[in-house]
Amino acid sequence: MSTTDIEAPQPVLSVEQIAVHFGGLVAIADMSFVVNQGEVVSLIGPNGAGKTTAFNVITGFLRPTKGEVRYRGASLSNLKPHEVTSLGLARTFQRTSVFQSVTVFENVMIGLHRRGRSNLLDTLLALPRERKSEAELRQLAYELLEIVGIARRADELAGSLSYGDQRLLGVALALATDPSMLLLDEPVSGMNATETARFMELLNKLHRRGMSILLVEHDVPMVMGVSDRIVVLNYGRIIAEGTPAAIRGNPEVIRAYLGEGASRHASH
Amino acid sequence: MKRLSPYLWLAIFASVPLWLQDPYLLNAFITTGILIIAAMSLNLLLGYTGQLSLGHVAFVGIGAYASALVSLGFDVELIGGIRIVHEPWPVWSGFLIGTLLAALCGYAVGKLSFKVRGAYFVIVTISFAEVTRLVALNWVELTQGPLALTSIPPMTLGLPGIGYLDFYSKQSNYYLVLAVLVVAYVIIQRLVRSRIGRAMIALKENESLAVSVGIDVTRYLVLAAIFAAGIAGAAGSLYAHYLKIIDPDVFAFLYTVTMVIMVISGGKGTLAGPIVGGLIFGFLPVVVRSFAAPEVQWILYGLLMIVIVFVLPKGIVPALEKWLSTTKMPPSAEPYKAKMHDTP
Repeated sequence: MSTTDIEAPQPVLSVEQIAVHFGGLVAIADMSFVVNQGEVVSLIGPNGAGKTTAFNVITGFLRPTKGEVRYRGASLSNLKPHEVTSLGLARTFQRTSVFQSVTVFENVMIGLHRRGRSNLLDTLLALPRERKSEAELRQLAYELLEIVGIARRADELAGSLSYGDQRLLGVALALATDPSMLLLDEPVSGMNATETARFMELLNKLHRRGMSILLVEHDVPMVMGVSDRIVVLNYGRIIAEGTPAAIRGNPEVIRAYLGEGASRHASH
Repeated sequence: MKRLSPYLWLAIFASVPLWLQDPYLLNAFITTGILIIAAMSLNLLLGYTGQLSLGHVAFVGIGAYASALVSLGFDVELIGGIRIVHEPWPVWSGFLIGTLLAALCGYAVGKLSFKVRGAYFVIVTISFAEVTRLVALNWVELTQGPLALTSIPPMTLGLPGIGYLDFYSKQSNYYLVLAVLVVAYVIIQRLVRSRIGRAMIALKENESLAVSVGIDVTRYLVLAAIFAAGIAGAAGSLYAHYLKIIDPDVFAFLYTVTMVIMVISGGKGTLAGPIVGGLIFGFLPVVVRSFAAPEVQWILYGLLMIVIVFVLPKGIVPALEKWLSTTKMPPSAEPYKAKMHDTP
């Protein structure tokens, strides 16, 4: 499991009594949970349970009706999404996760935006700092593609990649922002077994490097395999929280989600 | 070869006044060159950030009027009896002020439309152009309204210790336009090939994803608007001091449409696109005029546009690039490694 530290776990992300209402519809009623340093936490639940809404609140794409999200002690309440990213919290998206009509390499170069150190004047006058910064970014982009394992596709258009490779590129984009925590929104949905296995390998690699990860996922076996802790949502409420073993045995979870989910998986 | 070609093209264009004596054709080159500068600036917004500005001519007009008025001088009375008298200043300062004022207006439009994208951005820009046209038409005391600003002095450059350089002749104006065009090209090239340009492309491609990787998209949209407007203002200033007369027709919607056609047919989002499209649609009227009535010209213009958009939907330059890359160069195994050591 996670760490052998003697000291108490350090929460990096804390979601405190979040509520989200869309008009009369309650998407999230009252949600609180934490993600500790270096931990992989999964947010699971049936469709419409509020997983993606929670995700959008944490990353600043959506303002909560109530409550607060804190990251490393700082409140994210009034921050725009790009400011949340600069605090070290990076996300991926469920569907469109890459810049389709530029190359894989250019995608990562775009993702490295915040790492560039040249300013407008450097760029306009083509000063040495511009060239140095660009060379560094190209080096970083290459390394990131190596990490996620799609370096051989660097010069292809992102839109022409297979679905699984696009997902890996999406992670490379998130990693390019130099995050200390990753939020992945259903990363393996639509992937075949080989692609899922590759993706889990990448997740484990990042986990070993000390990255904190919050995962929203449908794929229950995958979640059980990679998570330190699991938070189960249903109808905008947390109905259970604990280790994979505890969740597997929780009668309420089985009733609300796993039973139904397992039968649905079997029918595919 | 590919790296050499811009210089080769520059040499060819620089040689034009040496072998082309016909003043009518040289005039066509100059006005086309001015339109190309404006089209290049529009391409920065349309081709790179993906925002269609259908009021782009407003920045050209602002640059033209500001530059002309600074060099002519004016005497206006504002509401409340405040009188502003401006003595004529050197023409080059008019060029600078026209450019900066247009850039400032670009900043304002960019900021105003910071929340609106797509169709709403288009409407904001059209409205802005219409408002500026009405001001030019109705503020007669300042702009002479429909009577036009006349006797605008030609561009002069003060060279300390040497004297003045006047741009009276067509030849000298040709080189002036070419010089401004090259400067504008280099500015746009450096912008779009940097992380600033990548941020703009990210905004065009997928705004949510751009935001999620930490790009402040508003900032880069405003930056693109400032540069696009400033370069368009410079084109307007060149126009005013070349023709020596401007009226509110410089704000005509037709000019914006012409620029958009130049950018789209040449290839939006490419550096050479507005130049190729600009040369075609700048010279087409000149060629057609020799054998057809004006009405026929416009029909041919429209037909050519339709043909280009249907046959080459991405524009001429991307189509040429694709054709060159498939016929000449075999796809190399790992070109990205070469890219890493490439210092542009």
